[in-house]
Amino acid sequence: MGNSVGGIDRFRKILGDRKTQGAALAVLIIFVILLPLVANNYIEEVATNTLFYIVLALGLNIVVGYAGLVDLGYAAFFAVGAYTTGILMHYGWNFWLTIPMAVLFSVIAGVIIGGPTLRLRSDYLAIVTLGFGEITRITARNLKITGGASGLVGIQRPSIFGHILNQITDFYYLFFILVILAVLVAMRLHNSRLGRAWQYIREDEDAAEAMGIDPVKTKLYAYMIGAAFGGIAGAFFAVKMTAISPETFAFTQSAMILLAVILGGMGKIPGAILGAVFLVLFPEIFRGIGQTRMLFFGIMLVIIMVFRPQGLWPERKG
Amino acid sequence: MTVFYIVIQQIVNGLILGSFYSLIALGYSMVYGIIKLLNFAHGDIYMVGAFVGYGALGIFGSVLGVGWLGIAVALLISMFLVGLLGMLVHRLAYQPLINKQAPRMSLLITAVGVSFTLFNGVMVLTNGEYKTFSTSLGYEGISLGLVNITYTQIIMVVATAILMLALYWFINRTMYGKAMRAIALDQDACRLMGINVTKTISLTFFVGSALAAAAGVMAGVYYGSIQFYMGFVIGLKAFTAAVIGGIGSIPGAMIGGLVLGLLETAGTQLPFIGSAWKDVFSFGILILLLVFKPTGIFGKSEIERM
Repeated sequence: MGNSVGGIDRFRKILGDRKTQGAALAVLIIFVILLPLVANNYIEEVATNTLFYIVLALGLNIVVGYAGLVDLGYAAFFAVGAYTTGILMHYGWNFWLTIPMAVLFSVIAGVIIGGPTLRLRSDYLAIVTLGFGEITRITARNLKITGGASGLVGIQRPSIFGHILNQITDFYYLFFILVILAVLVAMRLHNSRLGRAWQYIREDEDAAEAMGIDPVKTKLYAYMIGAAFGGIAGAFFAVKMTAISPETFAFTQSAMILLAVILGGMGKIPGAILGAVFLVLFPEIFRGIGQTRMLFFGIMLVIIMVFRPQGLWPERKG
Repeated sequence: MTVFYIVIQQIVNGLILGSFYSLIALGYSMVYGIIKLLNFAHGDIYMVGAFVGYGALGIFGSVLGVGWLGIAVALLISMFLVGLLGMLVHRLAYQPLINKQAPRMSLLITAVGVSFTLFNGVMVLTNGEYKTFSTSLGYEGISLGLVNITYTQIIMVVATAILMLALYWFINRTMYGKAMRAIALDQDACRLMGINVTKTISLTFFVGSALAAAAGVMAGVYYGSIQFYMGFVIGLKAFTAAVIGGIGSIPGAMIGGLVLGLLETAGTQLPFIGSAWKDVFSFGILILLLVFKPTGIFGKSEIERM
């Protein structure tokens, strides 16, 4: 462990140079754009999945990384978005029009869960978000409109300018655009007044309050924005998969997204991206070990927390 | 009259369920009281307890029989081994972070990692199968009109009461218990007075985990089958119970568990809730409670000093 940590630090020093950084980023973007030309279906599917988890990780990073709030029920927001789109499209709505509704409903869910609980200490919040995640899943399983335990099937594929998005390549590029938008929003937020307020609250809530920042309101914004990310991702997930079921949004899902954020390094955009990439690639690469991979995830999470609690690529603090 | 019998029967059922919640809630509350850690893995400790009990009954059942004697031995073995597991988890996962004075969030996430490890570890070991607790306990009991109370149910409640009394004695009448209470108040002062803080925390993990293991074995005997995900929802509910009683408070955890057990069984009987919504009902109680009375019944409100 010690060696690899040193390696990462050295690696970061090389990357610290702005020119190298820009060049590396350009190469990475070109690689991502050109990938579908050379990749087979399987690789494209995995890559699309990775892009999708990057969006989720960036969304959760706002809640966990920026504002320092533990959220163990993030899949709930993702579920609200997916079900909103699925149900509305069932009633003949156009996919693109369902997105604002998906965002609206997930933000409402964020307010419902965050409003009353954000005044509490972070460990209570963890349990409440977990309970909320379970409530959402059980509700989806018990209601008629959400299709009960079998979920919603036969969700239509969306079309853009008359072109129906039904190839994996279509979704690959769609999610790539989504990732770019998510990164831009996350970056702008990080440097905004609100972003600084989050950081302040995360570091010292009492001092932040003394400086005139309303902690509950500010944390609630983090929740709402995180929820909106989840809602959008959920809407796209619904049309990509064409079928959603309650079990997709179980606790494991929330835990995986959280793991991506923590693994990469809380609060940092490249960290969240790296975490999501690792999260998707790890089980694909280690397909052979089957069920035990979740066991390794658990052990890894403990090891990372014990030896490098700030994550693999954490935010640098002044 | 029938309504009266249904009510009595449900109170009995609620008390049994509540005893399990209480035993698990005690571990949550003790650990929280002493190091302010929400031990997320506690529900999984309960699950491991059920499996260890199952294994012990398999080994010793052939000698001692699968009646009360065999079950009692399996229960004690499970309590001891799982108590050691709790200490191991504390030493390996939590204590290094406590030493580093890591933020609370890191501790919480470590606890999630421990939970994942135990949960998936047991899943791999058991191939995700259900295990049947085969015991020779019958369904005989006392019948009062339409109310049936089996001896198994009575013994469960009595065993829970004995464990709780033992804990109460341990916390209030022994040196170790005194040390635990002292650490909850002021760790640094305890160090100055020569109390080994790390060892005492370790002991707290042992006791809390052993109680959860007892609940696990009893739940296995009572419901007849166990599986690797049995700890997840009950862990959440036991946390709810601990919050109802006031987290950190020992009598609070006992009462909170019984209150939640009774509320939940009552809720299941209501036509608009039913068994499909019973978990939603319990979590709803938790959320409402946290909003309106986060300190619970016995909890003290904390004053944060800067």
